[in-house]
Amino acid sequence: MRRSFLRLVSRRLAAAAPGLAGVVVVTFCLMRALPGDPAAYFAGNAATKEAIEQVRVKLGLDKSLPEQFVSYVRDLARANLGQSVTTGQPVRAEMLARLPASLELTLTALLLAVAVALPAGVLAATRPGSWVDQVVRVLTTAGVSLPTFFTGILLVYVFYYLLGWVPSPTGRFDSLFPTPPRVTGFYLADSLIARDFETFRACLRQLALPAVTMALFVMAPLARMTRASMLGALGSDFIRTARASGLSSRTVLWTYGFRNAMLPVVTTLGMILSFMLGANVLVEKVFAWPGIGSFALESLLASDYAPVQGFILVMATLYVLLNLVIDILYGIIDPRVRIEA
Amino acid sequence: MPWTLTLLLGLLAGLIIAPQATSAQSRGETLVVVTEVGPNMLDIHAPGANRPSYQAAWNIYDRLITFGSKTLKDGSKMYDYASLKPELAESWQLAPDGMSVTFKLRKDAKFHDGSPVTANDVKWSFDRAVTVGGFPTFQMKAGSLEKPEQFEAVDDYTFRVKFIRKDKLSMPDLGVPVAAVINSKLAKQHATQQDPWAVEWVKQNDAGGGAYRIESWKPGQETIYARFEDWKSGPMPKIRRVIVREIPSAGTRRAMLEKGDADISFDLPPKDFAEIAKEDKLKVTGIPIENSHRYLGMNVVKPPFNNVKVRQAVAYVLPYEKIFSTAFFGRGIILPTPVATNTFGYDPKLYPYKMGDTAKAKQLMAEAGYPGGFETPFYMDAGRTTTDEPAAVLIQEALNQIGIKTTIEKVPAANWRANQGKKEMPLFVDQFGGWLNYPEYFFFWNYHGQNATFNVSSYVNPEMDKWIDSARFETDQKKYAEDVREMQKVAMRDVPRLPFVQVYLDVAMQKNVVGYQYWFHIQLDFRQLAKS
Amino acid sequence: MTAAALRHARYVVTENPITLVAFSMLVTLLFLALVGPALAPYDPLKSDTANTLKPPSARHWFGTDQLGRDMLSRVMVATRLDMAIAFLAVALSFAVGSLAGACAGVFGGWTERIVSRISDTIMAFPLFVLAMGIVAALGNSVFNVILATAIINLPFYARMARAEANVRREAGYVEAARLSGNSTMRTLVVHIYPNCLPPMMVQVSLNLGWAMLNAAGLAFIGLGVRPPTPEWGILVAEGASFILSGEWWIALFPGLALMLAVFCFNLMGDGLRDLIDPRRRT
Repeated sequence: MRRSFLRLVSRRLAAAAPGLAGVVVVTFCLMRALPGDPAAYFAGNAATKEAIEQVRVKLGLDKSLPEQFVSYVRDLARANLGQSVTTGQPVRAEMLARLPASLELTLTALLLAVAVALPAGVLAATRPGSWVDQVVRVLTTAGVSLPTFFTGILLVYVFYYLLGWVPSPTGRFDSLFPTPPRVTGFYLADSLIARDFETFRACLRQLALPAVTMALFVMAPLARMTRASMLGALGSDFIRTARASGLSSRTVLWTYGFRNAMLPVVTTLGMILSFMLGANVLVEKVFAWPGIGSFALESLLASDYAPVQGFILVMATLYVLLNLVIDILYGIIDPRVRIEA
Repeated sequence: MPWTLTLLLGLLAGLIIAPQATSAQSRGETLVVVTEVGPNMLDIHAPGANRPSYQAAWNIYDRLITFGSKTLKDGSKMYDYASLKPELAESWQLAPDGMSVTFKLRKDAKFHDGSPVTANDVKWSFDRAVTVGGFPTFQMKAGSLEKPEQFEAVDDYTFRVKFIRKDKLSMPDLGVPVAAVINSKLAKQHATQQDPWAVEWVKQNDAGGGAYRIESWKPGQETIYARFEDWKSGPMPKIRRVIVREIPSAGTRRAMLEKGDADISFDLPPKDFAEIAKEDKLKVTGIPIENSHRYLGMNVVKPPFNNVKVRQAVAYVLPYEKIFSTAFFGRGIILPTPVATNTFGYDPKLYPYKMGDTAKAKQLMAEAGYPGGFETPFYMDAGRTTTDEPAAVLIQEALNQIGIKTTIEKVPAANWRANQGKKEMPLFVDQFGGWLNYPEYFFFWNYHGQNATFNVSSYVNPEMDKWIDSARFETDQKKYAEDVREMQKVAMRDVPRLPFVQVYLDVAMQKNVVGYQYWFHIQLDFRQLAKS
Repeated sequence: MTAAALRHARYVVTENPITLVAFSMLVTLLFLALVGPALAPYDPLKSDTANTLKPPSARHWFGTDQLGRDMLSRVMVATRLDMAIAFLAVALSFAVGSLAGACAGVFGGWTERIVSRISDTIMAFPLFVLAMGIVAALGNSVFNVILATAIINLPFYARMARAEANVRREAGYVEAARLSGNSTMRTLVVHIYPNCLPPMMVQVSLNLGWAMLNAAGLAFIGLGVRPPTPEWGILVAEGASFILSGEWWIALFPGLALMLAVFCFNLMGDGLRDLIDPRRRT
């Protein structure tokens, strides 16, 4: 059992390696192709041509592309992601500082989406073809059709400006409240750990709109997948047997149907999570959320390639790890898959 | 299970919606500033320091001298560039031959780490400014402060600056943000072989002695300043704590101001200022930015704009009024001549063309050899999209009338400097503003044959250079005025660029915020603000 | 289409009123895309500085923007550009991706390895950021937006086509075709590929919505279409700065149009799925 588990992990990692390598190469080429001259930007206002050249040498941009690539890969091996020109900080430090913000937002949004989409999908599956089914389908499809930047703006307008129900969309916290002492980097968890309920509520309120905006977008695939796999499960033989044996409909639905239907849903969850981590760029921009997405966006527009490279690599690595975790979970949930692996 | 979930969600919603009180007391002592971008480093001498970092530099560092203030007709206050006042230096004495000045520093000034401020710190800081290169060196040069040999620490509290030539800008140049006095002992502890000026350390840390110190700095999010209780270089500021929050969305910044979640902001779109000024909830002051203009530039060395008749044709159709009201919402002054309205030499009568004379424009185009017009790319800085995009679209429409078909190219803000340097843009919208309010200073960087980066049109004309060089060192007032007038006449005849507006520096603040004063560096001086 | 197919189609459509709605919306959108510019009441590019920022009225159903341009005309004319971007991007992506995937599925070996590697590499990227990077690197133009959107959608089609081709590789009719002397290539193109198409049509419809959102997202951050060209994403971006000062119409109408179009494509996808493969009905 342990050996096959290790084999699974190593096989997956080996399969992912060429993909990651491709990402490294493509990112490098793409970033170097960005317009603008980081040396000119870095050299600052009114720099002379000589000053710009000096900076270019300092940044290592005067070397040939293959040479730059080699030093880039060498840096990567030492986990050195370079320096951001716009913030002047090392990229790795920036990523570490900002990652909790993005993760907190993404996980909260996912939890919210699951809490709404799963029951909705189950509900729709139990009444296929009915108006409930249609409504669920329409609503979730509408959610995924909304452009996230537009939804975010609308929600801010309605809930902050018109109704005043949530605080200003200024990021993770209002600095009039003290930042909770950092344990996990997730403000919600940290404020609970520090038993600071006021700060917890403040952070929750800041998180509300951006999480809802993101959740709206992913409810559709979740609800749809739940419905489909529930339908599949509910139509299977063992359910018929359970019903025939006289078990209550609730037991049939949840204990047998739902558990068995969860497998494809778990796969979808994984895909959605990795998609969200990349797609949070626009949501973070609208809500001034200090995550890695907004950082990558600003850096890209400033032709500051190091943070964008760092962001892409972090995301790609997370994606690989996530898929690995899902595969393992799959194996745990469904013994048939494990045997085949 | 779905019902318990619904209940949980409802509880959550309740937690979120219920209003939350913040301590009223903390709000009263704190000034909350909202801005789009904050400082990207704390060292103004570091390469790549952005404009908001000047605000940090201004407030956490002292300079030898500062400027006095004057009150305008409408009651708003601004700095007085003609009146120099003591800051770190208690007094100063110009040498009889006018070739040096000696400063007597105050003896009780301390840096934030408690160590005393001496003339050695001043010398180290100035040596640094003229040696690191880039913008600080260029700014020091503007006042003929070029070599470390010019700076001498006579003793611990006496500092001398030797001039290499008589330049009326030398003294004011000592009051600009670049001439900051850095804690050299502290900085030197972090200097290395490759980094003798400790740029890497000072970028991230507070090595100052100004009225405020950095309490916390989260780049990209917020900067918190706390009053330095041992500050001696001026009257103690009233505001104890300043929180500068970076909010990318202008709409959110405005909403925060209107709801009272923020106290003051100066980088909103002009439309918002125009509307806020009409409502009565907040105070708005709008002061035209001195020695600045926004303009339509043309490349004078490459066809088709190398033909002066083409450029003049553009002048005849440029929609000054429309741009002013639609893109700038009236927050500024229409300025068709190069010298700003609050700079010496301003004279609107020097504009020789008739606005909106399309027939004349078409005639000029035909004379230039382009009766059917031509096509050209038209560049703008995407960082100024709010005002420049509508302006560009209006200009595009106007140029269409005389056959000039343009394609608007938005260049990301970070690449604009590089584009300026390359000088390949045939047609573009740009702006320039000088810290030192002297017209020849502006012309030197924008119209002179030295072809600086800011002379994006590549305009080189010995006739123009003659007037600029004369104006820079002319001491006779009447000759000086004539030089400035002639400079403008040539500029309007050759029209390498067409200025069209002098924008306001608009600042919106809560009604209980008092003491705001306009500074040439555009940034806020926290020392002067108070909450009544 | 045979009478049976038509009957089946009618059954699906009436069984599913939503599909009917979606289909009619699609027809309206296509109509607007083709004829819109001729129907627009005003010139979408012409400014009218005396009438800036006017709310919806009888003269201007969707109000005017900062330069006095009629929003209704701009939204209508933008339909063509957005639809064109979405269709071209998906068509490109579909053509290249599905063919590559089918080849990979049939030939196996190195073809499969290369196609898989490229797919995996693309999928490992955060897709929107990849699109951003491509447009930023290649330059701001409609073509580059189409190219970027096509590239990030390639893997879906490649994977699907490969799976489908793999399944059908051993099918009876393929064997028969090969036995009658057809080369593998011809078998692929004539027999296998067309049979892979139906399940992929669903993906195409969903992708159209996703491609449109992508293009709009890129425009929102300033990459892609140049001013003053009207495009729904750019219009929302322009309107976003006005929404908090009360001029809601500048962002709302293009945003709604965008949402309706994407919504319509998504619903169509469902309907198509029901039409083509009843077993797969979700």
